[in-house]
Parts: sequence; structure tokens; C-alpha cells
Amino acid sequence: MGQQPNMMQTYDYEVIKKFTIAAIIYAIVGFLVGVILALELTFPDLNGGIPYISFGRLRPLHTSAVIFAFGGSVLFATSYYIVQRTSKARLFSDFLSNLTFWGWNLVVVLVVITYPLGLTQGKEYAEPIWPIDLLITVVWVAYFINYVGTLARRKEPHIYVANWFYLAFIITVALLHIVNNLAIPINLTDSYSIFSGVQDAMIQWWYGHNAVGFFLTAAFLGLMYYFVPKQAERPVYSYRLSIVHFWALSFMYIWAGPHHLHYTALPDWAGTLGATFSIMLLLPSWGGMINGIMTLSGAWHKLRTDPILRFFIVSLSFYGMSTFEGPLMSIKSVNALSHYTDWTIGHVHSGALGWVAMVSFGAIYHMVPRLWGVAIYSKGLINLHFWLATIGVVIYIVAMWISGIMQGLMWRAYDSFGNLSYSFAESVAAMHPYYLIRTIGGVVFLVGALVMAFNIIMTVRGGAKQAPATIG
Amino acid sequence: MQHATIEKSIPLMAILTLILVSIGGIVEIVPLFFIKSTIEKVDGMRPYTPLELKGRDIYIREGCYNCHSQMIRPFRDEAARYGHYSLAAESMYDHPFQWGSKRTGPDLARIGGKYSNEWHQAHMLKPQNVVPESVMPAYPWLQKAALKYDDVDVRMQALSKVGVPYSPEQIANAKQDLAAQAKAGGNDPGLAKRYGNKVPQDDFDGKPDQITELDALLAYLQMLGTLVDFSSYQAQTR
Repeated sequence: MGQQPNMMQTYDYEVIKKFTIAAIIYAIVGFLVGVILALELTFPDLNGGIPYISFGRLRPLHTSAVIFAFGGSVLFATSYYIVQRTSKARLFSDFLSNLTFWGWNLVVVLVVITYPLGLTQGKEYAEPIWPIDLLITVVWVAYFINYVGTLARRKEPHIYVANWFYLAFIITVALLHIVNNLAIPINLTDSYSIFSGVQDAMIQWWYGHNAVGFFLTAAFLGLMYYFVPKQAERPVYSYRLSIVHFWALSFMYIWAGPHHLHYTALPDWAGTLGATFSIMLLLPSWGGMINGIMTLSGAWHKLRTDPILRFFIVSLSFYGMSTFEGPLMSIKSVNALSHYTDWTIGHVHSGALGWVAMVSFGAIYHMVPRLWGVAIYSKGLINLHFWLATIGVVIYIVAMWISGIMQGLMWRAYDSFGNLSYSFAESVAAMHPYYLIRTIGGVVFLVGALVMAFNIIMTVRGGAKQAPATIG
Repeated sequence: MQHATIEKSIPLMAILTLILVSIGGIVEIVPLFFIKSTIEKVDGMRPYTPLELKGRDIYIREGCYNCHSQMIRPFRDEAARYGHYSLAAESMYDHPFQWGSKRTGPDLARIGGKYSNEWHQAHMLKPQNVVPESVMPAYPWLQKAALKYDDVDVRMQALSKVGVPYSPEQIANAKQDLAAQAKAGGNDPGLAKRYGNKVPQDDFDGKPDQITELDALLAYLQMLGTLVDFSSYQAQTR
């Protein structure tokens, strides 16, 4: 009482604003490339004989743009926002904040240049060539120092739960990135992985599945743990549950990788371990979902009027759905059908669009008015975006469920003479209508993102110049 | 220990997390380097010839792994469609592995020798000409681009450092061996001596006067899954 806030000490919102705008731009780019790829599978002549936009070179651009450019920018923005607000302290270093922003964007630009040129390591979700990998490492170390440095300035002795998740994400991604990208360079652009065959496969999916587990799950749970209680104006449902599911999730996720390699040349014991932990993972995953959804206890009526809260609740529902589907698909007999099919693609998108993108949109709508100190331009447009996004995801994943299961069944079908019923080409032809439907789902989702971009532009333009937010 | 102790300390939180996330990876990854039965003992495996190696680099450059697996599972239908299930030994010289995760197109682990070079030439030029239902894009640029192979020996040198058993002789003769393998009706004794009699020597791309990227890619595709002698492998397992 009577204490004057130190007017000189302010939160660093500039870097958060920049990452937020980058996230919106990369969302549109990533979704657009996805739509182009969906169309290329529907109409294979679409690339017009141009190597740079052929499916094989463009697909990694889509995955990297959505996961690392869009998802990464959202995580930088939200982690910087949350760590400052929960620590009541300015970011540790303006220099490091800028280094992470410009460094990460340089990574994205280099990726956009190199992939279409065919410069790739040839490992899924780890395609960037070795000099870019080194740059990523530098940015990541800067991020770690900046994040931990800010946490160390916190006024409150306890570290808030959201920050546990972000910390685990930063540490684990560093570990995964460094080990999986160990390679012997040949020249400035090319290298060969130091691992080969079965070991390389195991390490790649240890990396690949935990890019999902820590980049797309743990970190976004951190996001959820801040923004859902804030938006609902309710405390987190259960502190005890958050402790249990945080440690269980961190421990178990890392084991799940080998479920990508069932029935391959990877030894059975590794696959069995992977499947066992994947199934157990249902518990900590749903722990997070329950903790998020139940935070609305006593505030359910707000869903009627608050479209941002709707984004959060639907994203948590998709999170619960895809973390049920994942363990199901990791069971060997289910995986025998689902592996190599579009079912996997549908599963990934229910996670990446339904959970990651939706929870990110909610966070962006929550942050932007506070960052720029203005009211949102149109609540109606948020609601429109919500419905476009939800309908788009549902169209997409239903199409992929049907095509994936159909593929799996066609490949293993035998006729009464004991011959395979279908040639591979026949299964490809059967996919055509679903690839078209999937494209429509993707377009609807993309239109939603464009609505968001328009809404955010109008919001920011309409806002008067504000004094920087003071700490206190 | 009270959880409050952990959540009040950044170092404690960070170190405990690091320990916890390391366990699963260590248990699943490290034994694969030491348990001998992980990679089967087989006859016939050899490192890629220089031309095949360049072809594999093109396979990776074009992102073929995004739509094609190279890993046949031990199921009746996959055996009927693709052949004997894949062994770990068959990819032991693959840096990186190319098992893939999606079959938008068919598995390629045993594509070698299944179709003629002429079929592949027509297919790469426009897949729909030979498979009307195909959704694969055309790769007309491969047949137009001369293969750059100045650095093929450097590449083999690098691979030998990470465990691929290229002999100094193989590395020294890399460029000659590459040119010899892409010659129509070739019968180069040096290449056969260094890589075995079974290595197909041919004008893979249908352009006898030039070594193109298509030569390399097809040399690679035509040897996929053909190295291991499965009659002797069966004998070894039982």
C-alpha cells in the first residue's frame, strides 16, 4: 500500500509483439503450403515440372513451417510473456531477447531457401542442414539463458507450474536436437548422419516423437496452465494433479519413440517398451486435459459469451482425443493396420491443428489486447475463426480416418483364391475423393487463420500509443 | 523431499528434469549399439558403389522418403506385395536410414530389378504414363541434369569415418568406378573386383553419351534389396 511502482522498470513486450506477429504470418504460410501439398496429391501435375515445389521438397517445408516457425514463435512469445508476468520481472537480457527473435527468424528464412533447393539431411522433422542446426543450437542456448535468467529474478519463491513445462521443453529439445543431428560434414551444405540403419532409426524417432512430446505437448501445456486460468478467471483445478502429471509426462514421453517402428527391423523389445510407455502415457496426458478443463469449474457459463475460452476448451478436447488415439495406434495389432497410412496423418493433424493451433489462437487473442493495450477489434470475428477452425479440423481428420483405414484394409485384403485383392495403384486411386475432402478441410482452416490475421491487424491499427506496461 | 523444495529451486528443477528425460532414451538406444543380434549376420551386404551413393543422395535431395518407405514388415500381404521382410543388416550402411513412415507410394525396399530401366525412365519422366492412378509428380529434370560427381570420393571418405567399410582402393578409384558403372553394356573388371560381379553396369538413363542424375538414381533403385542372399540367411537363423 502506498508503494509506487518503479516507473523505469517495465516488461519487455516488444519481443513478444514481434514473435506474435511472426507466429501469425508463419501460421498462414504453413497452412497455405499444407493446402498446396494436399492439392498436389489430388492433382499430381500441379507443380508444373518445377523441382523447387515438388511434393518431396515442399512437404518438409510445411511441417517445419507449422511446427518450428509457427509453433516455435508462439512458444517464444508465450514463454516470454508468462515468465515475465509470473516472475514480475523484466526479461533477463534485451540482447538475448533480440538474438532469439532474429536468430530464430534467420533459421526460418534459411529453411525456406534451402528445402526447395533440395538441401536436406533427409531425416523427418530434422531436415535442416548442419550449419542451420548449429544456428538453432546457438539460439536455443540464448533462449535457455534468457529464460532461466528471468526466472531467477522472480519475486515469488515458487516457480509457477507453467514454467516447469517450458523449462522441461527447453532442456529436452536441446538434448534431442543435438544428439539426433550429430553428423559428419562433407561441405558447407551436405553431411552424413554419424548413425546408420537401425540405430539411426531409433534415435530419429526418439527425437521425432519427443518433438511431439516436448515441443508440441509439454510446452503447450505450459501455455495452457497460464492462459486457461487467466481467461476463465479461475485458479488451476488441482495443484497436486499438476505435479503428478508433470513428472509422469516428462518421464514417460521419452520412451514412446519406438512405437513408430513396430514390425520393422528394430528389435521387438524396443518396440514393446515404446508401446508400453505410450499406453501408460494416456494417464499423464489426460491428467493435463482434466486439469485444464476442470479449471472452468464454476465458470462454465463463460463459454456462452467468450469465444477465446471456447478455443481453449475445444483445444483441450482435441488434446484428450488425440492422446487417446495415440496410445491406441501404438498397440502393435492396431499399428499393423495404421502404420504407413493416412490415419497417421489424420492423427498428427488432430494434434497439431486441433490442440496446438487452437490453443495458440486462444493465447494470441488473449495476449494481443494486453500487449498493445487496446480492445480486440471484433469478438464476432474471433467466434467466426473458432467455427472455421473447428469445422476445418473435423473435415480434415474424418477424411484421413476413412482414407487411412481404407488403405490399411485394401493393402491386406485377399480374394477367395488367396491372391491380394488390390494392386497398390488401386489403393492410390481410392484415396482421390478423400484427398479432395482433406484439401477442403485445410482451406477452411486456412480461411480461419486469415480471419484472425485481419482481426489482429485491425486491433493493432486501432490501438492508440500506450505507455509500456509497468511491473507491479 | 517436499515438492515445494524442488519448485523453489531452478537448478533442482532443471537437473531432475534432465535426469528424468534421459533415462528412457538411454535404456532404448544404448543397447542397440552393443547387443550383437540387433544386426543380423548376412552374406552379400556391401557398401554402395559411387554411382549408387550419388543416386542415394539424389533420393534424399528429392525427399522420396516423404512418400516411400524402405521397410517391409513381416506380414503375409507385404511378403506377397514386396518380398522378404527387411533386415536390419540391409540398412546398416545407410547414413541416414531411409525407412520412411508413410506409403503414399509403394515400399521401395526391394524395388531393385523389379522393373526395367526403360520402365523407370518412362516413369520418372511422367509416372502417369505407366501407372495411370499414380499421384507421384514427374521428375523430368533428373534426365537433363549432368551428374556432378567431383566430390564422390570425399563423400566415401566421410562415410568411412563413420563406419562404412570403404577400402582405400575403393575411394581412390571412385570416379573411374562411377563412370564405368554408367556405361552401356559395361563390363569393367575393376568395378567388379571392388564391388562384386553382381553390380549392374548399364546406361541406366537411356542417354549413352552422358552421365545424368537419372543414371545415379536408377543405379540406386535397381540395387535396392538385392544384396542379401536369402537362401543362406534362412540357414543361419535356424
